[in-house]
Amino acid sequence: MSFPILSLMVAIPTIAAAVCLFSGAQAARVIALAATLINLVLGIMLWTHYEIGGPQWQFTEHLDLFGRFAWALGIDGIALLLIVLSVFLMPICIGASWVALEKRVPEYMAAFLLMETLMIGVFSAQDLFLFYIFFEAGLIPMYLIIGIWGGAERIYASYKFFLYTLLGSVVMLIAMLWMAQAAGSTDIPTLMAYDFPVKAQTWLFLAFFASFAVKMPMWPVHTWLPDAHVQAPTAGSVILAGVLLKMGGYGFIRFSLPMFPEASAQLMWLVMGLSMIAVVVTSLIALVQNDMKKLIAYSSVAHMAFVTIGLFAFNRQGIEGALMVMLSHGLVSGALFLCVGVIYDRLHTREIARYGGLATNMPYYALFFLLFTMGSVGLPGTSGFVGEFLSLVGAYHASSWVAFVATTGIILGAAYMLYLYRRVAYGPLTKEDVAAMPDLSLREWALLAPIAAAVLWMGVYPESFLAPMRGDVGALMARLAHAAPAGDAHVTIDRAAPPTAHASGEAH
Amino acid sequence: MSITASLALTMPEMILSLGAMALLMVAAFGGDGLTRAISWGAVALFAAAGLSLLGPAGNGGSGFEGLYLADSFAAFAKILIYIAAAVSVIIAPGFFARSGQLRAEYPILILLSAVGMGMMVSAGDMLSLYVGLELQSLSAYVLASFMRRDMRSAEAGLKYFVLGALASGILLYGISLLYGFTGTTLFSGIARSLETGISTGELFGIVFIFAGLAFKISAVPFHMWTPDVYEGAPTPVTAFFASAPKVAGMALLMRVAVMAMGSGTDSWRQIVVFAALASTILGGVAAIGQSNIKRLLAYSSINNVGFALFGLAAGTAEGVAATMTYMAVYVAMTLGSFLCVLQMRGADGQPVETIASLSGLSRTRPALAAALAIFMFSLAGIPPLFGFWPKFLVFDALVAIGLWPLAMIGIATSVIGAFYYLKIVKTMYFDEPAEAYAAADSKLEGGLITLSALFVSPLGYFAIPLLGAASMAAARALF
Repeated sequence: MSFPILSLMVAIPTIAAAVCLFSGAQAARVIALAATLINLVLGIMLWTHYEIGGPQWQFTEHLDLFGRFAWALGIDGIALLLIVLSVFLMPICIGASWVALEKRVPEYMAAFLLMETLMIGVFSAQDLFLFYIFFEAGLIPMYLIIGIWGGAERIYASYKFFLYTLLGSVVMLIAMLWMAQAAGSTDIPTLMAYDFPVKAQTWLFLAFFASFAVKMPMWPVHTWLPDAHVQAPTAGSVILAGVLLKMGGYGFIRFSLPMFPEASAQLMWLVMGLSMIAVVVTSLIALVQNDMKKLIAYSSVAHMAFVTIGLFAFNRQGIEGALMVMLSHGLVSGALFLCVGVIYDRLHTREIARYGGLATNMPYYALFFLLFTMGSVGLPGTSGFVGEFLSLVGAYHASSWVAFVATTGIILGAAYMLYLYRRVAYGPLTKEDVAAMPDLSLREWALLAPIAAAVLWMGVYPESFLAPMRGDVGALMARLAHAAPAGDAHVTIDRAAPPTAHASGEAH
Repeated sequence: MSITASLALTMPEMILSLGAMALLMVAAFGGDGLTRAISWGAVALFAAAGLSLLGPAGNGGSGFEGLYLADSFAAFAKILIYIAAAVSVIIAPGFFARSGQLRAEYPILILLSAVGMGMMVSAGDMLSLYVGLELQSLSAYVLASFMRRDMRSAEAGLKYFVLGALASGILLYGISLLYGFTGTTLFSGIARSLETGISTGELFGIVFIFAGLAFKISAVPFHMWTPDVYEGAPTPVTAFFASAPKVAGMALLMRVAVMAMGSGTDSWRQIVVFAALASTILGGVAAIGQSNIKRLLAYSSINNVGFALFGLAAGTAEGVAATMTYMAVYVAMTLGSFLCVLQMRGADGQPVETIASLSGLSRTRPALAAALAIFMFSLAGIPPLFGFWPKFLVFDALVAIGLWPLAMIGIATSVIGAFYYLKIVKTMYFDEPAEAYAAADSKLEGGLITLSALFVSPLGYFAIPLLGAASMAAARALF
């Protein structure tokens, strides 16, 4: 076993969280920032040392600590990028709460550091039950973050978040117990290669679906998300949208698709149907929102539907597109929540109608906000385009109707985002208190600029992000090959030039 | 087996009963002023009794012609019982001193009750079972009304006595039916007789016995006494009721179910499944409206007993081991919660029991709030806290025998329970601070809270190999 870098990344925030609880407000801020920055450095090291085209599972650790299950960590390219996304967003979250948050700072920082521990744990767990423990444990700090530091309706939102997600997950636990007994192993890579009986797969798929659909969230079990987002503090929303929502998509990729390929194919239309409804319905709901955070929350549901559409297209473009949407949405929606936070800190309202004309007195803010709006819309050159385009291509291969419906989501997405931007940034600057708002401070620059750079990087040169995942998507494709349903689009270009390892790289 | 060899098997009970009599003499002549010394004497006796399990008493086989069994199952349960009883003794003097009712009988009654519980878990015969049960119960009735000048305490004692007597009657009726149809009261004899099939009369006997024992572990539908008695009894006594007798009752139920009626598993499984589901649902729903923390914890114990019963419903060695693990973790969580309740005292030093008084505790007493939050999340079975692990094991045992639909329903009921545990956390962390409690005055209680909180924290997972091996060895003794 080589240097246990993943264990270290799990341990650092845990220890820092414990130290935070016993320190003062300013010390807690510094400790939290230092710990998250160290983890960011470790995350970058992870990325640079990750061997593309090497073994599927890298940085593996295995320690039989608990008898029934093991402390087993390890990552593939998909987990790698999600971990990098988490450690990238964490220092930004800490920075976002640097001055805005004055109440009970040590506990707040400790809760965030614990979240980081659990997120890294979820993405790197190689043991079924270790995964479950990390997956579920996130409920406790998130419950406290929403409930203590949230807005007016925080208590209702925190209960809803907790109980909704708990109900989904306990059902999954029973399925996991069954799987561990049927396969005689709790090792995730082993289970990914194990052929469960087709009849059982349907039940298992539905049990996992109950959990991941809530986490994702998919229509119609998405209703906890707008409540939780609106009431959570800015940094809480960033983490919720940026990373926690990815746990659902990650679950589909890691568990549902490779472990139950036949059931996934059978129930493809369940997922596709719900996703199609979600794209259209939640986009329309977003169009009529008065609250900025609620609008972005509904747009998250719509974007997550692109993830499920891509995943269940059963082809390379779809799956890679879904992964890119996940990464891009993590950056863009996180950044949009930060943008809302910036003006919320100044005016203490999220009501869209209270703003207007910000482009006049806050030009730099308007610039960043515009970039992230475009990222959300999916303008070519931003990260949003790559993912949505690829997953729509994948969907078109699978079913042209799905692609048709999903594409309306792009149009609606442009509508609600541009409408939001017009109301906030353009128009006459008539309100006095709005006109008095200063432009971005140095701290806010430091928060938004890295995300903006990442959004452009992912939009202009997505290969950096696709390359580490290519081999793992290939492995997933091989696993799904015998079950994949035939698509209705008979794309001749596929026959002329059969897909090679580089086909998708050239597609954009 | 000679009488001396048999007596050697009962070493823990000998130590406790002779010690209790000696301490009773000390109390009678020394007066209540010696209560603290007597309490520590009782703790020493529990330690000695626990250590004696290392000898033949721990795994020596059966004595007194099968009336008494000293196997590793009994040893596991006894260790839990002694720990819980010792903690109940340690925390009492401070509580009673504040209300001016410090009396030397308390540790002695707990000792006698522990002797009864030792007999219960070691019983190999319906009659030694009954004698142990009654010894435990009689001490418990007195303990419930220990603050005799307090109306609620007296009411609790009377209520407990009347309903307990009724349950004992039901149990005895079941035993007599079984004796009538099988011709023996020995567990091994009953098991042999049932192997050839179960007659209607025997089935009636089984049902009555289960009903009587369900009362002792307060499983629904025989739970009605629990909230009233828990609320009325002095808090240290409630802590005791919620921990040690539950372990004894559960162990006894498992021994009877598996050793005496193992061949009739399919017959009694329905009873256990019903009691388990009803307990988890009712324990979850009825707790939601409670405003008194002790009543709430009473429903919480009903809820948790329901989950523990799922392990027995599996009817396998794994299931029994899971239930024993459940009881071990449950004892730590419950004692920890009641230790926190003991810290709830108004400025005048008198106990406060409303949940509303916990408001904003995280700001007035952050450590206490964190500990209670850990216990609540753990009782709800949320990972990474250790309370998740026993739930995991019982449902694993159910899934192993193919009862996954039941496991699915059972685990879904845990979401109902999660709601009221969250309510406590919400009161402590989200609400504005209420009047602060009196400052902590006992380092010992603080230490015990820390210890139990650490055990149910994620650090507890390191105990899994040890706990798993011990509970499995215990369960194998029954099969």
